[in-house]
Amino acid sequence: MSFAANFPLFCIVLALLCAVVSGVLRWRAAAILTEVMAAAVAVMSAFVLALALRTGQSTSYPMGHFPHPWGNELRFGILEPLVSGVFSLVLLCCVVGGRKALNRDTEPEKRNLYFSMVDLIQASLLALVYTNDLFTGYVFIEICTIAACGILMIRQLGRTTLASVRYMIFSLLGSGLFILGIVYLYSITGHLLMPELKQSVGELWQSGQYRTPLRTAIALITLGLCIKSGLFPFHFWMPDTYGYSTPCSAGILSGLVSKGYIFLLIKIIFDVFGTEVFYASGMQTVLYVFGVAGMVFGSISAMRENDIFRMIAYSSAAQIGYIYMGIGLSPRLGIVAALFHTLTHALTKPALFLSASRLSEVSGGSKRFKDLQGSAHKNHAAGAAFAVGSLSMIGLPLTMGFIAKYLFALAAFREERFLIPTLLALAISTVLNTFYFARTLIRVYNTRDLGAVKPVGLGSQKRFAAAGALLAGLNIFFGVIAQPLIDLLTRGVALLAG
Amino acid sequence: MLLALWDHRIQAAAVLLFAVGFVTLLLHRNLLKKIIGLNIMDTAAYLFLTSVGYIAGRKPPIITGGDRDPASYVNPLPAGLVLTGIVVSVSVTALMLALTIRLYRRYHTLDLDQIYQMALGEQEEGK
Amino acid sequence: MKKQTIFDRLRRWDESEFDLTDALPLEEPVRRIEPDLDRDALPPIPRLEHGGVRTFRRLYPWMAGLLALVLVGFLLLAVLELPAFGSADAPAHNEVMARYVGQGTEETGAVNTVAGVILDYRAFDTLGESHVLFTAAAAVLILLLTATHVQEEPRRIRDIMERDPILRNTAKVLTPVILLFGFYVILNGHLGPGGGFAGGAIVGSGLILCAIAFGFERLERLLNYKSYCRILVCCLGFYSLAKCYSFYCGANGLETIFSAGTPGRILSAGLILPLNVAVGLVVGCTMYGFYAVFQRGRI
Repeated sequence: MSFAANFPLFCIVLALLCAVVSGVLRWRAAAILTEVMAAAVAVMSAFVLALALRTGQSTSYPMGHFPHPWGNELRFGILEPLVSGVFSLVLLCCVVGGRKALNRDTEPEKRNLYFSMVDLIQASLLALVYTNDLFTGYVFIEICTIAACGILMIRQLGRTTLASVRYMIFSLLGSGLFILGIVYLYSITGHLLMPELKQSVGELWQSGQYRTPLRTAIALITLGLCIKSGLFPFHFWMPDTYGYSTPCSAGILSGLVSKGYIFLLIKIIFDVFGTEVFYASGMQTVLYVFGVAGMVFGSISAMRENDIFRMIAYSSAAQIGYIYMGIGLSPRLGIVAALFHTLTHALTKPALFLSASRLSEVSGGSKRFKDLQGSAHKNHAAGAAFAVGSLSMIGLPLTMGFIAKYLFALAAFREERFLIPTLLALAISTVLNTFYFARTLIRVYNTRDLGAVKPVGLGSQKRFAAAGALLAGLNIFFGVIAQPLIDLLTRGVALLAG
Repeated sequence: MLLALWDHRIQAAAVLLFAVGFVTLLLHRNLLKKIIGLNIMDTAAYLFLTSVGYIAGRKPPIITGGDRDPASYVNPLPAGLVLTGIVVSVSVTALMLALTIRLYRRYHTLDLDQIYQMALGEQEEGK
Repeated sequence: MKKQTIFDRLRRWDESEFDLTDALPLEEPVRRIEPDLDRDALPPIPRLEHGGVRTFRRLYPWMAGLLALVLVGFLLLAVLELPAFGSADAPAHNEVMARYVGQGTEETGAVNTVAGVILDYRAFDTLGESHVLFTAAAAVLILLLTATHVQEEPRRIRDIMERDPILRNTAKVLTPVILLFGFYVILNGHLGPGGGFAGGAIVGSGLILCAIAFGFERLERLLNYKSYCRILVCCLGFYSLAKCYSFYCGANGLETIFSAGTPGRILSAGLILPLNVAVGLVVGCTMYGFYAVFQRGRI
């Protein structure tokens, strides 16, 4: 076995160790540790990706001396290292770019615990991405939930604490359904490792035995993860959660945590249920319908918002709708589109949150549109990052958002019964997106009544500029040269399907 | 039907308990009662899980006395999973209680609706 | 002074010396946290509800009830199709279970199969599990830890406890027994029922009893914030590193230096015993830590 095959394990253990050690460090040391850890994980993911590309197959990595079905396992093909690499880059950008706001929003005595939480989120995301065991997924989902609540409530305002309570309630409802689904699945198959589960589920579906429990398990697991990632009727926690947390947390929560659950769901669809069973069980129609509803209603709610953070948060609900619509569309192309949009959203949302916080900072700390007038002229870097993010969310060419929408449309053309509603939903949602993002852009670039301003220079915000440049640059890079990424995703999905 | 229900009595009880917890979590405005509902829900899931591992008439899986025949012990795996689950449940409960204390200190009530309205009111004043 | 009977004591408790609102101190002079609202100056609860919200409020219980009914209906239907309770030929009792029970003792060295499963076969889950506890502890510390020492334990409750001979004498007798039993359960985890989590919870309850009866000050010499952090870092760090080593060896087909030993001996079962000790310490200290932070805002 190549040495790089050990890297997923090292990444997870490294993140866990950093989390624990950060508990006793001063916060500056903890911050540096977190940044180094995220960068190291990104590099190691690149090595794992190179390994997977070289061998062209997915590798099972037993955690201990007992391979499946006896003991825990990790498994990686092309998708897993790709996703974990992007996630750790985004995490790095959030931590680097959101530092100033973090210092404003938190107490110095507890800031090391914040970085500890960020490390734990990194560890649990990695475990969710790499795991080959359903129950491990549950354990790390819980770590992710608690740590997410931790980075949310560190800003101890009344609204934030309230938002954390709501976030926890929804999340725990989701976890409850998820664990119940696992119990049903375990009692009819007797396995927890994904390869055996897939085989048993396939056989059970063929024979028709235990049909109702199997359907129930599929529904419970899917529903649980949908609630946790904020699919349409369960998105009420989003605006408060993202709107009142510190921008770094908002970026991590919207860009990474919900995406981790979605990636786990995709992995479960392929590796536990198998696409045939999942798409025959009827769950995909449910996902499709709620996804489409989320696209439209999320955008409508965003349009009515008067607060820039809450608007971006509602737009997240709409984007999650896109992803679920893709999952519901078709097992191959639809999922490739959904994965591409997952990466798009993971790169775009943190940039939007970080730059919006800078824009609001130069506008006297107000988050309302009225006060943001002309703020992009007071901070050019933030304005540029916000513009790239907005254009990507609208789906203009040369950004990743455009490619994602193109892929969704392409997937819809292959599925005749979904063609008309998908195109209609894409059109409506794009119009609405354009409306509220363009309105915001016009507002922040409007020079009326501005007078003479002295813009904030790059020198005084190096960290933010670097993070914003990396996020926006990746966004444009993959928007221009999208084909390699699409090929990678297609190969990865084929590998995942086995 | 009734016979089938009797055959699955523990699982059925677990599911009913789960529903009780679910409704408690959704319907009560009092934060403490919500937390209790949450705990009932978790416990129900663990009861279900334990019941899967049970085999009538067999011993607990402590291998003593040289008897290594798998046919004389119950399934150890669900017990291990439940152990993991319990720790998760304890952690979550502690966190929720801590959040409740913070909210109570600030708003002097446990009613989530009232807290929400007060928080909204604060924001209105802030504008 | 007339000696008080236990009934007097109970009545006095009942007569409101024990007011819960006192247990939660209200002032909190910490920077960057929004000041708590003054109880008398609370703003009137504004009525911000408009038509849609009110309809939603009225419909919500019915919708939630309906949802729960549908959910429980489906779940019950599914339950009826499952293998019967206690049946030996259920799918869950397959070759995996047979190997855990049949060969677990040789492969892991643990007589207690459950310990073997969670700390060897499925050790990665348990690694995550102990970090769940750490995550929750850190989150609770973020929420409730107060930097200043202004906020002390509520005086009145402290007084009640300190004046109580029943509590103190019982605690004197019970605390050593509880702690001893806890350590026994931790150290015996691979040989019989028990293990780090169960034993740690027992140790934690012993520490909490000690704190209730004799005050935090006595315990502080043994277990304060600093030593708590050190214990956590050492135990969890050891856990992660040891398990990383054993995972690495397992995946690459190497032998570990930890051998299974003779099943049934106290020093056997490879890593299971040290891991149980580490987990036990973490759980015990965290349980006590939760109590201390909830009670007085610091460990």
